Amino acid sequence: MLRYVIRRLISLGLSLLLASALIFSVVELVPGDPASFMLGTGAQPETVAALRQQMGLDLPLPLRYLHWLGGVLAGDLGHSFTYKTPVAGMILDRMQVSLPLALMALALAVLIALPIGMFAAARRGRAGDTGVMAATQVGIALPNFWFAMLLVLLFAVKLRWLPAGGFPGWDHPAAALKSLLLPAVALALPQAAILARVLRSALVETLGQDYIRTARAKGLSAGQALSRHALRNALIPVLTIMGMQFSFLLAGAIIIENVFYLPGLGRLIFQAITQRDLIVVQGAVLVLVAAVILVTFLVDLSYALVDPRLRR
Amino acid sequence: MRASLILGALLSGLALAAALVSFLWTPADVTQLAIAQKLLPPSGQHWLGTDHFGRDMLSMIMVGARTSIAVALVAVGIGMGFGVPLGLLAAARGGWIDEVVMRGNDLVFAFPSLVIAILITAALGPSALNAIIAIGIFNIPVFARVTRGGALPIWTLDYIRAAQVAGKGASRISIQHILPNIANLLIVQGTIQFSLGILAEAGLSYVGLGAQPPTPSWGRMLAEAQTMVALAPHVAVIPGLAIVVTVLGLNLLGDGLRDALDPRLRGSP
Repeated sequence: MLRYVIRRLISLGLSLLLASALIFSVVELVPGDPASFMLGTGAQPETVAALRQQMGLDLPLPLRYLHWLGGVLAGDLGHSFTYKTPVAGMILDRMQVSLPLALMALALAVLIALPIGMFAAARRGRAGDTGVMAATQVGIALPNFWFAMLLVLLFAVKLRWLPAGGFPGWDHPAAALKSLLLPAVALALPQAAILARVLRSALVETLGQDYIRTARAKGLSAGQALSRHALRNALIPVLTIMGMQFSFLLAGAIIIENVFYLPGLGRLIFQAITQRDLIVVQGAVLVLVAAVILVTFLVDLSYALVDPRLRR
Repeated sequence: MRASLILGALLSGLALAAALVSFLWTPADVTQLAIAQKLLPPSGQHWLGTDHFGRDMLSMIMVGARTSIAVALVAVGIGMGFGVPLGLLAAARGGWIDEVVMRGNDLVFAFPSLVIAILITAALGPSALNAIIAIGIFNIPVFARVTRGGALPIWTLDYIRAAQVAGKGASRISIQHILPNIANLLIVQGTIQFSLGILAEAGLSYVGLGAQPPTPSWGRMLAEAQTMVALAPHVAVIPGLAIVVTVLGLNLLGDGLRDALDPRLRGSP
């Protein structure tokens, strides 16, 4: 197990290093010079050159990468060109919206998917199964931002139950949760549809196994065999998908954050790109990608704990 | 299930037909603005109503179908064009080549696709072409993985050994024997990526990074409708329905094709 963990750790480090190099070079390709962007169109060339030097933009690319990486490792993601504040602090602020939103959406997705998947698997091949699976097909086809607009139309404009957008901050916990509810539902429903389908097919597969037949022969009802034995074994593929979905929800909220004017990480990236605030883009994308790589690593590790055959 | 194949073919055929017919005929000219006729609800004259510039929604949807389908189709082409040879190579050579190809894939998978698509379109400028590139790049590892996964078991079969003994090289075996055997996998995956491409294009256009005005696009129609959703719900509902119908059709088609092409799955739900 130790050897497996060490090997995975080395590959984790390599992935993070490669990802950081890739992010750095892609962001460098974004046209537009931050120095001239900050100073405006009327700036003198000498002033721009001086600012470029001050910002370290005149150094060669590999050197700038190493500088940046050294800072990142020390927890310093640099200073925003436009807001003049530390990028790490900005990302932490935005995480207070994005992280709860992603967790809420994931929890909702699981809450919706679990009963649906179990229901369909228990009635496999019958009308209930067909109907529920048809509904999940529609759920997968829903663009989440369109679904979000429909939710706003119904719950904010017509019924006036929930706010149409904005975020009051965590000083008002009830209002904050309320304003995250519609975005979370919009994000969760398509994910729930995917999760329900994965759970159903994993359950259907395990239900055909011999140990389920044994459990039934021992006198367990179909429902008991499903919830006591099949569900636990069907959870591995479900966990894989959930790991992927969490990263997707963290990053994929960009569009939803735009629909609801939420000050999250995705919106920060989007705004920073339009403002040519490259250092913010680099930092925020790096945090997102590192989160995805770490979640994948943890999911892999938990498999190895559960299933010794995977510790190759 | 035959039903999903037929329904899927019908729904995606509808979107394709709308796009093709729009080249020859649309109910109204989509470049023609008529502010006096703005935000009209669906009626006999305008079957799907009009938008905030008084343009006929049905015509906009038909021309928008072109953008969606073209972007998604070319993005699938890019994914297959690079991903399939990479997957074949990884399966044929194994060893470090396999390792490099697969780890490279893992790396691309680790990037939240939307974030990178936004970065790419920001770097190259927003346009339908750059949306294609951004979506296409993420199709490459998908096809590489499917190809490698499908090819590996075939390499262990006896007739491949026979071909090797007969003196065929790895690339000839890959093209003549492996590729035809995994074609069904690729068709099914292609349909799925096609539908994901339509969703991705709509998302990128919605945030202003896809097709630029005046080219009609479903995602941008939704973005423009956002502020008018309370006044005239049809301008927000109709483009969304167009996306759902197309994506649903393609997903059903993919499912149906998988069952039809793989006899072992036939009968199982």
